[in-house]
Amino acid sequence: MHSDQRAPIALKIAAGAGLLFLHLPILLIFVYAFTTEERSYQWPPPGLTTKWLAVTWNRPDIWEALALSVKVASISTLIALLLGTLCAAAVSRSKFFGREAISLMVILPIALPGIVTGIALRSAFNLADIPFSTWTIILGHATFCVVVVYNNAVARFRRSSASLIEASMDLGADGFQTLRYVVLPNIATALLAGGMLAFALSFDEVIVTTFTAGQQQTLPIWMLEELVRPRQRPVTNVVAMVVVLVTFLPILGAFYLTRDGDQIAGSGK
Amino acid sequence: MSTALQFAGVSRHYGAVKALDQVDLEVKEGEFFAMLGPSGSGKTTCLRLVAGFEQPTAGHIEIFGETAEGVPPFRRNVNTVFQDYALFPHLNVLDNVAYGLMIRGVEKSERYRSAEQALELVALSGLGKRRAGELSGGQRQRVALARALVNKPRVLLLDEPLGALDLKLREQMQEELKNLHRQLGITFIFVTHDQNEALSMADRVALFKDGRVVQVGTPQEIYRQPNSRFVADFVGSSNVLPPDFVAAVGGASRWASLRPESIYLTREGGHAASVVAASFLGGSTRLAVDVSGLRINLMLPSAAEIPAVGESVRIDWKPADMHLMESGA
Amino acid sequence: MNGSDAAILPGRPGLLRRLADTLWRHPHLLLLLMLAPPVLWLGVIYLGSLFALLVQSFFSIDEFSGLINYEFTLKTYRELLIPANLDIIVRTVSMAAAVTLAAVVVAFPIAFYAARYARGKWKAAFYLGIMLPLWSSYLVKIYAWKLVLAREGILNWLFAKLHLTWLLEAYLSLPLIGGNSLSVSYTGTFLVFLYVWLPFMILPLQAALERVPGNLLEASADLGGSPRQTFRHVILPLALPGIIAGSIFTFSLTLGDYIIPQIIGSSRLFIGQAVYSHQGTAGNIPLAAAFAVVPIVIMGCYLWLAKRAGAFDAL
Repeated sequence: MHSDQRAPIALKIAAGAGLLFLHLPILLIFVYAFTTEERSYQWPPPGLTTKWLAVTWNRPDIWEALALSVKVASISTLIALLLGTLCAAAVSRSKFFGREAISLMVILPIALPGIVTGIALRSAFNLADIPFSTWTIILGHATFCVVVVYNNAVARFRRSSASLIEASMDLGADGFQTLRYVVLPNIATALLAGGMLAFALSFDEVIVTTFTAGQQQTLPIWMLEELVRPRQRPVTNVVAMVVVLVTFLPILGAFYLTRDGDQIAGSGK
Repeated sequence: MSTALQFAGVSRHYGAVKALDQVDLEVKEGEFFAMLGPSGSGKTTCLRLVAGFEQPTAGHIEIFGETAEGVPPFRRNVNTVFQDYALFPHLNVLDNVAYGLMIRGVEKSERYRSAEQALELVALSGLGKRRAGELSGGQRQRVALARALVNKPRVLLLDEPLGALDLKLREQMQEELKNLHRQLGITFIFVTHDQNEALSMADRVALFKDGRVVQVGTPQEIYRQPNSRFVADFVGSSNVLPPDFVAAVGGASRWASLRPESIYLTREGGHAASVVAASFLGGSTRLAVDVSGLRINLMLPSAAEIPAVGESVRIDWKPADMHLMESGA
Repeated sequence: MNGSDAAILPGRPGLLRRLADTLWRHPHLLLLLMLAPPVLWLGVIYLGSLFALLVQSFFSIDEFSGLINYEFTLKTYRELLIPANLDIIVRTVSMAAAVTLAAVVVAFPIAFYAARYARGKWKAAFYLGIMLPLWSSYLVKIYAWKLVLAREGILNWLFAKLHLTWLLEAYLSLPLIGGNSLSVSYTGTFLVFLYVWLPFMILPLQAALERVPGNLLEASADLGGSPRQTFRHVILPLALPGIIAGSIFTFSLTLGDYIIPQIIGSSRLFIGQAVYSHQGTAGNIPLAAAFAVVPIVIMGCYLWLAKRAGAFDAL
C-alpha cells in the first residue's frame, strides 16, 4: 500500500511522537550510566563520570551472573536450533495428520503468558522431585526459544524450491549428503538469524527464570532484585546500558541476515 | 538396439486417484522419446518413476535390463532437467555443474575441467563464476542441462524444460537439444504438453490420457494415423468424421480422421460444401466449410484462389488420406 | 570418463550409506525421527507440565496443616471466586483492556505511516525503530520507566520547568488513577505496560495495513468519500484483523505479567502477582494453579473469537 501523496502533517507528528515514546526512555539509560549521583534517580544528573564503568567491571557477582546467562542462552539456543529445525523440516516437508497441532504446540509456550509456563514447569519439577539447577533454567528457556528458530526455518523452507532436494538426489547424493551440501547451506542464514534471536530471548528472560531457578542468578534475575530493592543504583545503571548494547547486536545481525526475503520473526517474543 | 527403458503394467495410485494406470512402454537406447499429453495425464508421474522420485504401486520397471523399483534416485545412472531448473542458489554455476561429480568423489581439478567442458557444450563457457540468480531463464536452462549431462547419464530426463521460455528462445533450444542428442547418443526422454514440440523433436511419441498411454508411434504415425478421436484432436487440428458420414462417403461405418491439408478444392466430383469462414495464415489459408451439416477444416496454399464466405464449392480427398480409427473416444 | 556404464549403480558400502538407503525407502521413518525430538520435548515436558498444573487446580489445601489434599474438588475454584480474588481478576482484565485500547491509538499512526508513506531506507529505519525497542531487554525497559517516573526524575523535573506541577498534582489527586506519585499509581503501571507491549501492536497492524491496496483509498476519495469517511469505512475494517492480532499479544502479556505491577504501581495485586505469591510464600499451589487457569481461559475465548474474525492471517 503506497501513495505518492505527502503524509498529512498530523500523521507525521503522531508517528514521530510514537517513535520518540518508544526510544527516549532507552536513551535515558545511557545518560544515567554516567551520573555522579549515587542515592537517587535525580534529573538532571549533577555531574558526569566514567568511574562506575570501572566499578562494575570489578564486580565478581555481575561477572558470574553474566557467565551463567551466557551459558544458559548458548545451550538453550543450541537445543532450540536442533528442535526447531527438525520440526520446521518435518512440517514443511510433508503433510501429515496433526501437522496443525504441532505448529500450535510450538507457538504455545510464547502465546501463553510467561507466568503460566513458569509455574507449570515449576510444579512439574516439584512433582518429579527434580532439584533446581542450571539445567532446569535451560529446560524452560529452550522450550520457548524453539518457536523463534522454527519461525525462521519454516519461512526459509517455504521460500526454497522443493525440487532442490530431488535435484541433489538425482545427481547422486544420498540423504546425508543432500543434508550437508544442499539443505544446510540453504537454511544457514535463517538458522543463524533464528539462533541470534533465540539467544537474545533467553539472555533477557526473567519471568520463567524466576520459577525455574534455584539459587542461581542470571543477569536478569540480578537486575530484578535491584529493581525491587535498589541497593547499588550506579552499578545497575551501567549494567542496564551494557545489556541494551549487547542485545542490539544480535537483533541487527538477524535483521541483515534475513532482510532480503523473510522478515525477522519478531512477533515471537 | 537394446532397450533402455521398459514399463510393464506400471501403476501409480494415490488413494483413489490413478495418476498412472497399467502402463506398458518401451524406450530404445539412443532414442529421443517424447511423452505428450495434457496436464494431469500421467506423463510427469511416468518421468518421476524413471528418475526414482516415486515408486510404482504395481508393475515392473527396468532400466537397461535392471530392475528399478526400490532403487533410490541417487543410485540410478539417470539425470533430470527440472521444470523449474532447481539450480542450487548457494552455489555458483560451475559448482552447480560439478555437483554430481563432487558427490561421486571426483578430484577437484578434474571435476572443474569436466564442468567447464559441459558448460562449453551448452555454449555457456566463461559464466562459471556467476550465481544462478544472475542468469536469464534461457541460461539457467542450459546450466541445468550441463549439470545433468556432465554425469554422462544413460538416460536424460527432461521435464517440460522449455515451458518457461519465450517462443523464439524455445525454438532455438529445440534445435540445440536435437543437436546435443545427436552428438551424445544418450537416450532422451522428454515430457511436454506441446504437440508441436513433441512432433518436431522426438523419434517416437507416447500420448498420455488420464493415466494411460493411448498411442505410441513415430510423429508421422501419430499425426497421420491417430487411433482415436482424442489423439486426432490433440495432435494438430484434424477433422474427425463420424461413422455415418464415413459410411456415406464410401468407407466402413467407423470414426475416421482427415487432415486439413489432405483436402483440396475440385470443380467436379467430390462433395458439395459451402464456405463458412476463411482465415489467412501467411503461408496458407485455413478454410472452414459445411458439408451436409458437418464442419470441416481445410488448408489451402496461399497461391490458390480463395473462395469467398458463403460461396458454394466442391471438396475432395484421396481415400487413403481418410484414416479409420479404432475408437471414437 | 566420469560416468559408469551401469544404469543402476551399486549401493555404496558403509553404515551411513546403508542408513541413508533405509531412510529413503521408509520416508515415514524419517518423518518420525525428525518429529520425535521436538514432539517429545514440547509434548511431554511442556504440555505435560501444563496438564499437571491444570490437575493441581482441582486439588485443595488443608487449612490446618497447610498440606495439599490430593483429592478431586472444586473447593479451590470456589475460593478463587471470593470477592477479594474476583477484584484481582477484574483489575487485571480492566488494565489489559485499557492497555490494549491505548496501544491501538498510539500504534495506528506509526503503523499507518510505515505502511503507506515510508519507503526504501526510511522503511528499514521504521522497521528497526520498532524492532529494537521490541527486542531490547524487558527489565531494562521497566528500569528506564522507574527512572522516568521517579519523584526526582525527568518527568517531575519537566513539569516543574514548565510550571505545571499544579496540573500533575491535580491529576494525582484524582481517585483510582491517581496516587502519591506517578510511580505508585495505576497510571504509572498503565504507562509502563503500554510502553513495553506497544511494538507487539505496531507490527501486526502494519502487516495488515501493508495489504490494503493504495488504489482502494483513492477509489474511496474518488467516490466522494471524505478522509474521515474513508478511514471509518475503508481503512478501519481492513485494519481490524491486524488490530485483533496485536491485541492478542497486548492482552495476553498484560494478563500474565507480575513484574511490572510489582515494581511500578500501587500495592494492589494483579493476577500474575497473585499466582506468584500463592505458589511462593503462601505455598498454596492449588490456588496458584487456579489463578493461572484464568488467563488461559480468557485467552482461549479471545483466540477463538479472533480466529472467527480471521485475525490469524495478519500474525
